[in-house]
Amino acid sequence: MTAAATPAPSPATAGEQSGVRLARSRRNAELYLLLLAMVLVAAYGATVEANLLDTVTSDFWMPAAALGAVFLGLHLVIRFLAPFADPALLPAVALLNGLGVGFLRRIDLGDAPVAERESLAVFAGQGGRQLAWTLGAVILAAALLAIMRDHRSISRYAYTLGLAGIVLVMLPAVLPSSISEKNGAKLWIDVGLFSIQPGEFAKLALLVFFAYYLVRKREVLSLASRRFLGIDFPRGRDLGPVVGVWLISVLVLVFEKDLGTSLLYFGMFVVTLYIATERVSWLLIGLVLFFGGAYLAYVLGSTVGGPFANFYLRAEIWLDPFADPTDKGYQLVQGLLALGTGGLFGAGPGGGQPDILPEVQNDFIFAGIGEEIGLFGLSALLVVYLLIVERGLRAALAVRDSFGKLLAGGLAFTLGLQVFVIVGGISKLIPLTGQTTPFLSAGGSSLMANWLLIAVLLRVSDGARRPVTGGSGGKAARPSGGPPEQLHGAPTEVIKP
Amino acid sequence: MNAPLRRVGVVVMVLFGLLFANLNWIQAYKADEYRTSDYNGRVQVADYKRKRGNIEAGGTALATSKETTGKLKFQRSYPGGPKYAHVLGYKPVNLADQGIEQVENDFLAGTSDQLIGDRLKDMFTGDDTGGGNVLLTLSKRAQDVAYDQLRNNEVGAKRGAAIAIDPRTGAIQALVSMPSFDPNPLASHDTNEATAAYNKLEKDPAEPLKNRALAETLPPGSTFKIVVAAAALENGVTKNTQIPAGSSWTPPTSGTPIRNAAASICPEPKVTLLEAVTESCNTGFAQLGVRLGAEAVKEKARQFGFEQEDLTVGHLGEGGLPTAASRTGTIQNPDGSTDPAALAQSSIGQNNVRMTPLEGAMIAGSIANNGSQMRPYLVRQLLAPDRTTSYYTASARELRQPVEPQVAADLREMMVSVVRNGTGEKAAISGYTVGGKTGTAQSAPDRPDHGWFIGFALDKNGNPVSAVCVMLEQAGPGGSSEAARIAGQIMKAAIADPGGR
Repeated sequence: MTAAATPAPSPATAGEQSGVRLARSRRNAELYLLLLAMVLVAAYGATVEANLLDTVTSDFWMPAAALGAVFLGLHLVIRFLAPFADPALLPAVALLNGLGVGFLRRIDLGDAPVAERESLAVFAGQGGRQLAWTLGAVILAAALLAIMRDHRSISRYAYTLGLAGIVLVMLPAVLPSSISEKNGAKLWIDVGLFSIQPGEFAKLALLVFFAYYLVRKREVLSLASRRFLGIDFPRGRDLGPVVGVWLISVLVLVFEKDLGTSLLYFGMFVVTLYIATERVSWLLIGLVLFFGGAYLAYVLGSTVGGPFANFYLRAEIWLDPFADPTDKGYQLVQGLLALGTGGLFGAGPGGGQPDILPEVQNDFIFAGIGEEIGLFGLSALLVVYLLIVERGLRAALAVRDSFGKLLAGGLAFTLGLQVFVIVGGISKLIPLTGQTTPFLSAGGSSLMANWLLIAVLLRVSDGARRPVTGGSGGKAARPSGGPPEQLHGAPTEVIKP
Repeated sequence: MNAPLRRVGVVVMVLFGLLFANLNWIQAYKADEYRTSDYNGRVQVADYKRKRGNIEAGGTALATSKETTGKLKFQRSYPGGPKYAHVLGYKPVNLADQGIEQVENDFLAGTSDQLIGDRLKDMFTGDDTGGGNVLLTLSKRAQDVAYDQLRNNEVGAKRGAAIAIDPRTGAIQALVSMPSFDPNPLASHDTNEATAAYNKLEKDPAEPLKNRALAETLPPGSTFKIVVAAAALENGVTKNTQIPAGSSWTPPTSGTPIRNAAASICPEPKVTLLEAVTESCNTGFAQLGVRLGAEAVKEKARQFGFEQEDLTVGHLGEGGLPTAASRTGTIQNPDGSTDPAALAQSSIGQNNVRMTPLEGAMIAGSIANNGSQMRPYLVRQLLAPDRTTSYYTASARELRQPVEPQVAADLREMMVSVVRNGTGEKAAISGYTVGGKTGTAQSAPDRPDHGWFIGFALDKNGNPVSAVCVMLEQAGPGGSSEAARIAGQIMKAAIADPGGR
C-alpha cells in the first residue's frame, strides 16, 4: 500500500479499540479493481484491432487510458467525498462503460471501408462520442457526490423532484413530434445541437419522491388499511399522491409509445411500495395488474387495434419472430441469429458481423456484443450487472435510515429490471421493448442518468459502511448501531426486530 | 424493511437466472440452427473473408478472387465472361451458387476437411492462405472454338450446345451452352445489382442460365440410328447385310408413311447396313427397328447410358453438375403392346426419344474407345492453396461397356464412312480419321428442325483423341451439316490442345 493511496480518514483505529468490527474504506481495492477493468478494456480494444485490421495499432490503448483517467478522477473524488463507499461499484460500472465504448469503436471500424480502418481516429465516431459522454456523466456523478454529502439531504427536495419528474416525462409528449419523436417513440428533446431523453432522468427524480413519500406514510400505509377480499388495502388518501404520480407517468409513456419505460416505472413503483409496506400482497397485486393488463392490451390490440395495435404487434413478433423474418420480425430475428452465431465462445471481439443488426449501437448492443464474446462472455457481463444490483441492495440493507433503504433498494432494483427488460427483450424471453442497456448503449442521457444513479448508490453505501462514531459495545457497528437519524419531516421510525 | 429488500434481492437473482437460462438456450442449444439459418447474412459475409481459390484450366485462371476495399474483402471475378459460364457457374453473395463453384465450394472456400492442415497452419502463422485451387480438364482452345463457332453458326441458330470428351478418359475438353451469360454481374457485391442481373437472365425466353449441354433433352433424330445399328450388329446383322429400304415405308397399323430426307437417299428396296448409316436411310432403320423389337432398341439405348438419372459431371469421386436423363420414352399402344408405328419413329430418333448432347458425345466416345464408355468429368486436380500439395487427381473410370470391341469397330467403320462419303463430310480433319453421324430432328410441326452431329476423331495410330456432340436447336435446313462442321472444328482444336486429363 503506497502512502499516496492511503485514505485520509482513519476512524478504524478507534473502532478496533472499542471492539467494534474494523471498518475499512477499501479504497485501494477499488483502485486495483478499476485498473484491472481498464486492462480488460484495453485487451478488448487490442483484440478488436487484431481481428478487424489484421494488426494491433500503437494507439489501441488510448480509449482505455482516456477512460481510465476519467474513472481515476472519480475514484479520487470518492476517496475524499465518500471514503466508505462500496469499492466494487465503480470498477464494475467502469468495466461495462469501457466495454461499451470499445464495442462502439468496433462498430465504427466495421462500418469504415477496409482501407480507411487503420487511419480511423481513436476519438472519432460513435466510440469517441460515447467517450465524451462518459466524461460528462462522470463529472455529473462527481458533482452529485460533492453536492449531496448525505443522501438524506435530497429528501428535502422530494416534492420538487416529483414534480420535475412528471414534467420531464411529459415534456416530449407535448412537444411537437419533429423534435421529440425518433423511431416511433416520442421520448426525446432534440434541438439539433444536442438531444436528450428526459425520461431517463425522470426515473431518478420520481424514485426520490416515491421513497420519501412512502417512508413518511409507511406506518399509515401498512396499519390503517381496509381488508377487502383477504387483502389489506391502504386508504386511498394515503396512497393517492403516489398512485397519481405513477399513473400520470405511465399514461404519458403509453402515449409516448414507450412500453419498456412504462414497464420500468411500474416495476419501480410496485417494488418501492412493497419494500415500504413489507406486504407481499402488493407484489401479487402488481403482478396480477401487470399480466392482466398485458393480456387485455393484447386482446384489445387484436380486436380493437388503435393505441393497442403497437403492443399487439410486438406480442405477435415475440410469439413467433420467424413468421415474418424479413420485415416485422427482422430485428428480433437478426438479434437471435447474432446470439446463436456467437455460440459458446463467440467470434472474438471484432470477429463477428454485428453491423448486420439494426440498432446494434443501441437497443441491440447486447446481442451485438454477444455474437463476439459468446455465452461465456455474456454470462460474465450479466454477473457484473448482478453484482452492481446486489451491491446496491446490500447498501440498502446496511444503511440505517428508511429513506436510504427505499432509495437505494428502489434504484438498484430499477437498474436490474432495466437490464432484464432489454436483455430479455432481445433474447425473446419477453416481448421486445426499446430500452437502453445501462452503461453499454450509445447515448448521453442514458449514460448520465445511470451514472447519477450510481453516484446515489455510492453515497448511500458510504453512509451504510461508515463506522458509527457514537456506537458502543454493540455486536457490530452496522447496521443496528446508533439511533436512527431524523429524516427531514419524517416521523420516528419504529425499528422492528 | 430488510426482509423485503432481501426478497427483492432474490427476485433479481431469479430474473437474472431466467436471462442466463434463456441465453444458454439460444447460444448453446439453438446455436447451430441460428448459425445456419437462411436469414443469417453472416454465413455469406464470412465466406468472403478468406480468399477463395482459383478455378483454372490449362494454366489460366477462369475464376479468381481479388481483394477489394469494400466490406466484403474479396470479389469473385470470371475473366472468361460468358465463355465458361455454364461450367464454372457463379458464386453470388445473396443467391444460390452454381456450377463448379457450387460443386467444389468447400475446397475453393478452404472449409473442406481436406484442408484442415492448412487451416491449422494459418492459426499458428496468422496468415490467411485462402482456399484451394480447382484444375479443370477443359482445353482452352477447344472451348474457345466451341464457343465462337456456336455463336457464329452459319445457319443462325440461337440456341444450342457443344460438348467434347476425351474418349479414353472421359475428361471433358469443351462444354458450351448457347446462349450464355456473363457471371460477373451475378457475383457483384451490390446485392441489388446481382439480383437485377439474375432476374433479367431468369426472365429471358432464351433461357441463358440453362446448361443445354448437360440438361436439355431433345429428339436426337438420325444420330439415334447408331444405337439401332449397334442393336442390329448384335442380332446377326453385319455391316454388309442387305436390309429393306425404299423411298417410303408405311409401318403396320399406321397410315403415316416414313420417308427419307431426300428422294436421292436409298430409293432402292434393299441397301447394306453400311449404306443405310452412311446415307442416313430412314426407311431402312424404321424397318430394322421394327424387326429388332422395342425391347432390343430400348435395351441397347440403356446400355449406352439412356435412362441414367444420377449421372453427375464434375469430380469423379463425389458431386458434380447435374445432368438430365436421356429417354427412349414409351413405344407402346395404350394396352401395353408394342406399337410398330411408334417403334418405327423411335428407331429414327423421333417419337418420344430424347437425348442430351452429353449422351450424344458419350455414345460417340464409347464407340471410338472400343466400346468402353468412360465416366465424364471436369475436375482434374485439387491443389492446395499454396499449390504445393495435390489433394486429388482424377483417375479415369469406366462407366459401362455398351458394345463389344468388334461391334464398336464395325460402328466406327460405318461412322467413318458417314464423314468420308455421307452426310457428315464437313467434320473431316486432315491427317485424322473422323467418324460421326448427323441428325435432323423434327421438333414441332411449325418449327425448324434441330441439327445434330455426334462424332469422334482418331489419330493415325487409331487412338481416339476426341469425341464430340454438337446440337443446334431449331437450326432449320443445313443444321446437321453445320453441326458437323462445328464438331470438326472443335475436335481439331482439341487435337492441338487436348486439355488436362
